Amino acid sequence: MTPRKVLIKEFIGDLPKNIFSGFVVSLIALPLGLGLAMASEAPPIAGVITAIVGGLLVSFFGGSHITITGPGNGLVGVLLVAITTLGIEGAYAAIIFSGVLLMILGFLRLGKLANFFPSSAIQGMLAAIGLIILGKQFHIMLAHKIKREDTMDYLIEIPFTINDAIHYDSKGLIFAAIVGTVSLFIMFFYPKIRNKYFQLVPAPMWIVLLSIGLSYYFELVLHENNPIDKNYMISGIPHIDEIITKIPKIDFSQWATLDFWDSVVSLTLIASIESLLSIKAVDKLDPKKRRSNVNKDLKALGLATVGSGFLGGLNVVTVIARSSVNVNNGGSNRSSNFFHALFMLLFIVLFSSEMARIPLPALMAILVFTGYKLASPDTIKKVFSIGKEQFIIFFVTLIITLKVGLISGILSGVAMTLIIHIVINKNLSLFTRNLIKPNVLMYKEESGNGSFFVSVKHFCSFLNYYKLKDKLDAIPEDRDVVLDFSMCEFVDHTVMDNISSYQELFAKKGGNFEIIGLDMHDAESKHPFALRRLLTDSGLIGSNLTKRQRDLIQTSDRFGLEYHAEKNREISFLYDFHYFNTKQVNYIYNRLSNDNNSLNLFDVEYFEGELIAKEVIRSTMLHISLNDEIPSFTLDKEGFLERVYSLAGLKDIDLKDYPDFSKRFYLKGDDEEGITNFFGKDLIQFFESNNYYHVQADGAHLLIFNKERLATIKEMKILLDFGKRLKEVIETKTHTTSQTERNTEL
Amino acid sequence: MNYFNTIGIGIAFSPTLKANLYEASRLALFFKSKLVLIHVGIHSHRKEKDIQKILSPFIEKNLDFEIVFKVGDPAEVILNVIQEKRLDLIILGALKRENILKYYVGSIARKITRNASCSVLLLIKPSVERVPCQHVVINGLKDEKATKTISYGFFVGSKLGASKVTVVEEITQQEVAVNVNDDRSLRRANIVKERISIREKSRVIKILEETPEEFKKNIKIKTQPIFGRRGYSIGHFAEVVRADLLVTNAPDKLTFLDRLFPHDIEHILTELPTDVLIIR
Repeated sequence: MTPRKVLIKEFIGDLPKNIFSGFVVSLIALPLGLGLAMASEAPPIAGVITAIVGGLLVSFFGGSHITITGPGNGLVGVLLVAITTLGIEGAYAAIIFSGVLLMILGFLRLGKLANFFPSSAIQGMLAAIGLIILGKQFHIMLAHKIKREDTMDYLIEIPFTINDAIHYDSKGLIFAAIVGTVSLFIMFFYPKIRNKYFQLVPAPMWIVLLSIGLSYYFELVLHENNPIDKNYMISGIPHIDEIITKIPKIDFSQWATLDFWDSVVSLTLIASIESLLSIKAVDKLDPKKRRSNVNKDLKALGLATVGSGFLGGLNVVTVIARSSVNVNNGGSNRSSNFFHALFMLLFIVLFSSEMARIPLPALMAILVFTGYKLASPDTIKKVFSIGKEQFIIFFVTLIITLKVGLISGILSGVAMTLIIHIVINKNLSLFTRNLIKPNVLMYKEESGNGSFFVSVKHFCSFLNYYKLKDKLDAIPEDRDVVLDFSMCEFVDHTVMDNISSYQELFAKKGGNFEIIGLDMHDAESKHPFALRRLLTDSGLIGSNLTKRQRDLIQTSDRFGLEYHAEKNREISFLYDFHYFNTKQVNYIYNRLSNDNNSLNLFDVEYFEGELIAKEVIRSTMLHISLNDEIPSFTLDKEGFLERVYSLAGLKDIDLKDYPDFSKRFYLKGDDEEGITNFFGKDLIQFFESNNYYHVQADGAHLLIFNKERLATIKEMKILLDFGKRLKEVIETKTHTTSQTERNTEL
Repeated sequence: MNYFNTIGIGIAFSPTLKANLYEASRLALFFKSKLVLIHVGIHSHRKEKDIQKILSPFIEKNLDFEIVFKVGDPAEVILNVIQEKRLDLIILGALKRENILKYYVGSIARKITRNASCSVLLLIKPSVERVPCQHVVINGLKDEKATKTISYGFFVGSKLGASKVTVVEEITQQEVAVNVNDDRSLRRANIVKERISIREKSRVIKILEETPEEFKKNIKIKTQPIFGRRGYSIGHFAEVVRADLLVTNAPDKLTFLDRLFPHDIEHILTELPTDVLIIR
């Protein structure tokens, strides 16, 4: 079979799963679509149109695999502003324009744009959006519709609304408030109920089904009118014929006004950020480990937005919650997005009259819950745990977004981050001088299995993260990557956050992604994503352990070793080795040792040269104490020895019996006879069949290492294993020789 | 064969005078070349005496040297002497940024670097004691001067007793010309990169074959393709592998725009990774 045929067969095989998954997603998308549209003060059907147009178009033209598209949470705030200032017809025009802008972004390959915003600022913006949704809908949920100028006022008035709700005397309002409250409870407690059958229907659909059921109960069983107040019933759901025949009028007359463009830019900004964040997050969930084509997706989203705007829908974005439901229900390719749209269309055609039975408070409860999720106390706690400075950025963005608007909010978040970075580093020139420098170097290490080495210089923050991202994106995820920050003075939270998702991605796809050179950076908090600044010189290693250090703790547990992170200046034992004759050891740190201290694996910082010619080197080495004396020797390959010029006095030893070995390795030492005797068959075989390391022996101790840089966890494990086995080989050997010696004496 | 028959160094009576003179004299002896010491200022016997006193250990070893005194704008004077004396190499010292271990080229040295007609050696840390030169990194960038750069690099490496030379080919994104969007384009980009790497490697190996054997003796040769910005990334690489000398070729012409939008050599001038030899 040709590859194409295989693909088609696979596609058809996966179809039932995707149809089912599309169905489940449509169950959530329907109430959410209605609710999100109403929260934006658009006709409720607009949300459904958005999902249908988005699903149908993006599933054909998009570049991602398992995402679901439709109306987004983040856009509610912006759409609300657009619709109130421009009117719904003007807003459609703004939506169409923003769709065009999105397409342009896609064509210009600006998918990386989202990386220019600091993580905490984005968090703050999302939290603000959450509060906007929550603040406004909370009142409707409790059947207490109010209209205020300022978003803050909605939030402040929540207690008053609760108080009013308790004292309602109209039956219609009481019922409405009860339905809203019960619905909110369902949203909150749904995830806690682990019943297979109950979980078959998603929470929002339960709410819809229950409230429609309630309405039928009153009508058919009690023969009464629906007790819920008429004002709090969903209204304006047109029949499918009306949707087709009555395409809304679009008003382009305001195109020259500032308000119009403010809306267009905000819509584009939020739509692209929400989509890009979602795509990135969903890619991590993909069971088939595919990489989304972000720019192609942007183009498709733009196209869908234009179409949706003309048909009376809203902006089409990629949505994370619905996408993850899609993955959980077995969606494996774009057809699930298509079917989700198809089912929504079916619902509208078949059940549009039933939808009028849904009470507003029930829908709003779903939105209040989404809003709460965006601005939950957990999010705030998490930001705070990363660092006080992140909290300041988060809070500033949040307040300004609420008070002024989205664009001002995110811009002030960026400005705040910049100021904080400058203050923390007490250095402006670090940023100005190095901003445009191409500070990332990547190459494939020729030795070993060809892992990719990426070194970052100067600083790495949201300002220049895209340079690092470009390089990292060009590495297949099933390879080994070493990311070295030792030449980087400052790494910010945005970078740490993003890097950690790379680590996850590489781990999932069979690669290995390790960060080195961060152990010397100080952090303000204990969070792994806290920003880090290079310490010039202080005795203490910060209280915050890096990922590498925490991995070291795990490794030490697995190997039955003890871990000591702190700097240790008892380093005299190192000077016994020739290698350190011309070097000055500063300290060792990140030490792993066994019970009787006969085995020590550590990072060491030492200097080569003196004064102005001084160079700082950090390396990882293994020190082993042996039970018996062995002759001193140095074993090496690759002319590494030439670096160690102080060895000049030592003799080159040629093992006559093992010409191959002598050709491959440089063996040096004083005691030629002793060494020749010592290097027996077993030992030669061991060295020939294992990884290459630089090995030095000084009597009863061995020092083993191979690179003049810090080793990754993987490399350390291999080094440990090598050392242990070498020790065994040597000890069985010396043991047997001493026995034979004893035998001859007898 | 000797590429550097005459080498020059500008001297001022600063605290680093001794270190500068020692470095220059050592190099002159290594290269077996004549050393021209250029002092911008009025001639005096006292100055000449002082210099000779510092140079005495090298004079014992038959150092061939000449001291030139001239008054005027320092950069102009040195550039003129380069022409007059037909220098093959001019040695310049770098400056250190306050309290951090970063070096850059001062304005005078920068002017000379841009306009000199001969090769330029920029030293970041001249010292009285010899710091051995172990590892030389050479820019193997593809252009008509690559052969020259590489053979000069090996010449210097062999004279200074280096044990390892790495020839670096910088591969830019433009050359790869595949934008990584998804898995397919990533695979394609990696295939292209692999192909370019192999092509570049065989090109460098061919040049290496032309390099005189005597310069390659006892030197371990490596080639390394790197992906990054031309001219800048090689400096970064030299820093990562802790090279002792970076040999690169000079750009053809530097216009005003080049300074405004720094690239190639200009990046290295603002941020010297190690000693740099610019071949002309």
